[in-house]
Parts: sequence; C-alpha cells; structure tokens
Amino acid sequence: MSLLKLEKVTKQYGSLTTVNEVSFSLEAGQRVALLGHNGAGKTTLMRMMLGLTTITSGHIDILDTVPGDSQARRQTGYLPENVAFHGALTGREQLRHFARLKSVPVTMADDLLHRVGLNDAADRRIRTYSKGMRQRIGLAQALIGQPKLVLLDEPTSGLDPVSRHEFYEIVHELAGEGTAVLLSSHALSELETSTDRIIILSQGRLVANNDLASLRRNARLPVRLNVTATANTADQIAAELGGQRVNCSSVELTCQQDEKVALLGQITRLGEAVKDVNVIPVSLEELYRHYSKSTPEDQ
Amino acid sequence: MSIINVARIELLIARRNMWVATSVLMMAVFSLVLTLAGGAPTGSVGVSPLTVAATSITTLSVYLVPLVALLLSFDAISGEAERGTLALSLSYPLSRAEILIGKFLAHFLVLGFAVGVGLILSGLLVVWQTGNADMSFFPLIRLFATSLALGSAFLGLGYLVSSLVRQPGVASGAAIAIWLVAVVLYDLVLLGALVSDGGGVFTKTFFPWLLVANPADAFRLLNMPDVLVPELTSGISNAGLVSGFAGQLTSLLLWPVLALLLAWAAFRRVEP
Ligand SMILES: Nc1ncnc2c1ncn2[C@@H]1O[C@H](COP(=O)(O)OP(=O)(O)OP(=O)(O)O)[C@@H](O)[C@H]1O
Ligand SMILES: [Mg+2]
Repeated sequence: MSLLKLEKVTKQYGSLTTVNEVSFSLEAGQRVALLGHNGAGKTTLMRMMLGLTTITSGHIDILDTVPGDSQARRQTGYLPENVAFHGALTGREQLRHFARLKSVPVTMADDLLHRVGLNDAADRRIRTYSKGMRQRIGLAQALIGQPKLVLLDEPTSGLDPVSRHEFYEIVHELAGEGTAVLLSSHALSELETSTDRIIILSQGRLVANNDLASLRRNARLPVRLNVTATANTADQIAAELGGQRVNCSSVELTCQQDEKVALLGQITRLGEAVKDVNVIPVSLEELYRHYSKSTPEDQ
Repeated sequence: MSIINVARIELLIARRNMWVATSVLMMAVFSLVLTLAGGAPTGSVGVSPLTVAATSITTLSVYLVPLVALLLSFDAISGEAERGTLALSLSYPLSRAEILIGKFLAHFLVLGFAVGVGLILSGLLVVWQTGNADMSFFPLIRLFATSLALGSAFLGLGYLVSSLVRQPGVASGAAIAIWLVAVVLYDLVLLGALVSDGGGVFTKTFFPWLLVANPADAFRLLNMPDVLVPELTSGISNAGLVSGFAGQLTSLLLWPVLALLLAWAAFRRVEP
C-alpha cells in the first residue's frame, strides 16, 4: 500500500504545461530523490501533493486521502523551497508554535532543535541566524510530530558539507522508522549513497524512476577503467586492450557494465605490467544528463 | 485551539514590533494631551469633564484607530504569502478561517490595549484634575467599545486588501488609500454635495444615511452628543437625528462582520 500515489498528474498555468502526466508512488521507508533542471516542475509537484495549488488533471492519493485534507496534513512534513521565518521570533518560539499546530508536546520542538544542532542558538532571534541556521529551522519543523511522509524541497541548500552529511543521516533514521521521504535537490553527488530511488523530471515529464543500479544498467553508459602501468608499458597496454593513453603511465579504457568483469580479467592477465586499476562507475551526474536528454519512451 | 495558537504567535510578534509600541505610545500621549486641552473650559453648562475629554479624543480616534488597524492588518496575508510562511502554515492542519480569526483576535487585543491605555490614563487624569471619582465613566466606556468596533471594521478591510493584492508594498499603498477615502475624502465629498444641494432632497433623504453608512462617521455620531458639536454643520447633527442611535450602532457593528466575511472570501482564493 502506497503512502503517496500520483496518476497522470498534470498542471497547467494558462497554456504553459509545467507538470505533464506524471505518475509514480512512494512506499513507507523509502528515500526518493526528485531531480530536474530549473523549472522542471519539482516544486509545483510538491505543492500539488500538499493541496497548496490545484491539480489541472490526474489524481493524487496522499495518505489514503486527497491533498489538503487535514488528516493528511497532520501526518505530513513539508520544507518549502523559499521560506523566511519571522525575524522577531526565536528559533524555539517558532518551532514550539509549529509543535502546537500539530498538537504534539512542545518538548518535541526542543528535542528537534537539538537534533538539527540549533541548541545553542535556540533562544536567539531568527533575525540573527545565518542562512544555514534558518534552513535548519525549516528542516526541524518538517520533522515535527513523526510524520509518515516528508516532502523536502531543496533541503540541503545553504548547508555546509558536515551539515549535509548530518542531514542525510537524519533522513536515513527517518526512513528506518518507516517515514517516506521525497526530496528535491541539485546536489547530485551526495544523493548517490543516500537515496533508494531517483525520479528525474524534464520539462514537466517524468523521464526516469528507478534505483541507481537499474538506472545505470538501462542507460548503458560506458564504465571507465583507469589502468596505471608499471614502467614504459603504457603504450603496450593501450595497444593490447584497445584503450586511450592519457599520460606517460596511465591508460583509460571504456566498456559496458556487463563487459567489466571480463575486461578486468584481461587486465589481470597482463601481470607485472599493470601497477594499479581504478574502476570509475557512471556517476549520477552523467546519468542525470543522459536521462534529462531522453524522452519518457526510452527510459 | 489552532485559533489560539495563531493568535499567540501573532501577539508575540506584535509585542516585539516597534510600530505597535509606537502606536500604543502615540494613542496614550494624544489622549492625555487632548484631555488636558479639553479640561480648560470645564464648569460650562453642567457638562461632565469626562464627556468633554471623550469628545476631544473622539475627534482624533476617528483618524487614528482606522490607521492603526490598517497598519496592523495590511501585511497579514500578503506578507506571509511573500515570505512563504503562508504555504507552510497551510501545510499544517490549519484552516484558512482559523488563520484569519487567530490573526484578528491578536490584532483586536493589540488595538484594545492601545486604545485602552490611553482612555484609562485620560480617566485617571480627569479624576485627579477634578478630585472627584464619583462620576459616570460611560462616555469613556462607550468610546472604548465603539473604537474597537471601528478598529475591527478596518482590520477586516486591511485583511481584504492584503488578500486581494499579492505584493505587500502595493497592499500598504491600498491600505493608505482606504484610510484616506474612508476617514477624509468621504466626508469632504458629502459636505460638498450638501453645500451644493442647499437643503434639498439630497440633504433630507440621502445624506443622513450616506453619512451613517461610513463606520467612521457612525463612530463620530455615536460619541458626540449634539450639544457639544456646534462646530459641525447643523446638517450633520440633523443627520445624526434622522439615522438615530440604532442606525449608527447597526452600521458600526455590521461593518466589522461584513469586512471580515469579505476578507475571508478573498483569502480563500489566495494561492500561497
Ligand atoms: N504561479 C505560477 N504561475 C505561472 N507559472 C508558474 C507558477 N509557478 C511555477 N510556474 C512555472 O512552472 C514551471 C515549474 O516551476 P517549478 O517551481 O515547479 O520548478 P522547479 O523544478 O522547482 O525548479 P527549481 O529547480 O528552479 O526550483 C516553471 O516554468 C515556472 O515558471
Ligand atoms: Mg523548485
């Protein structure tokens, strides 16, 4: 049973179609990344799920009810892309307010402040917060009340590398507790290890929806192998394996995913001539570029 | 419960708002100054000094109360929509009606505080001046209650503007325009029509009702006993008699309800 199910969801602003027949679903405990270029429709999609904007056609089922239903809202956490909290309030006051709105004890707000590392700044006015600190307030409020579904629109924007890491740890914990997390992001490298599934939108259309391994397999993008030669054997290795010499001691080879093991065997057989081998898997960024160019039919 | 939570956070914000503090101070200072100034000719024709004070304060409140109310309310919806907090609030289990009523409750309390402090200080001043606490405080109580009704009407109008206009900058301009029209231009136009009509049909039939239809004028008429308004044209005191106490009270009570309902209707159509 899905927590969130979209069926041919379309959004039009006048004659502009910004989300075009998007269908996918989200199960409990899944961490799903929503990717796409600027204006691809990620924010619009999330706003439709929450009932903040109308759906032109199609259907969204969220927590067994319709978007905007108060039962669904009670169990959903949302971090908007752009939100500026009132500068006159302290972080604690703001978060306790949200806890009250979700009818959970205010001590939960205090715990969350701790969890996002704002404990020391909790009683200072939000006006005095840095960008990343404001972002953490936003994150903390999205986690209030142990939501079943969390929608995070560019949650890591403005966070420093350590905070990003901590953020993905929180997401991991949430998923472990059975919460489904849908997050949009432009920072691809950090998503590779921290999501279960990737959805790519392009011009409002869904062009990919799969786990990373399947995306790699289906894209059939070449894997790169970097072979380092021992002495002056680089030319010989290049000739033998059919690769490209990049500098005096290393050779770059490309092959399909399913040929990789065979090729590695070939390299091993060269024995002494080979000093080191590096396999460079297809990065999410390359996959993203590949799928963004494609049409929904060839995914 | 959500209403109380919205009101609570709004009050917290208002408490730290320089502009709210300024309004409270301004109302207090003006009330005191007008009471002092009005206190000079006491003893004349048996009018209570409190009535004199209330009348002086009324002439000012009719401008200040709508102004404070509009300044409290014009940003309430458009500002939150702009900052993105409206979208966030609406992702919580919270209805638009609850948001609007919660904000209204908070702003109503702020207004009550601003008006109340000034009137209490004025009352104390009069008691101290006359050395007599045994008098009817009705004029001050009436002024307080009607100020709140007048303020509520303009709070509602402020929320209406704030919902109809997306940009807070434009909303503030529109709020000032409403204030100018309702408390300044409306009376000028009516007086102009009165003069050119020269006591004709307009003066007798339409004018009294047009006058009382404006909550600011209804407020003025309710708080100014005719004996004390020789400076106003006889047309206006006659108008007060025609529409009567019931008409004035109806106008003053109907406006807040109407304005809030319109604001709610407009707010329902705001896309956060
Ligand atoms: N209120 C609106 N009126 C008209 N068009 C809109 C509105 N909101 C969004 N759009 C359009 O919808 C499209 C998708 O916007 P959206 O904000 O969903 O993109 P996004 O994927 O979130 O992009 P980004 O990565 O820049 O945040 C854009 O072309 C945008 O111009
Ligand atoms: Mg966006």
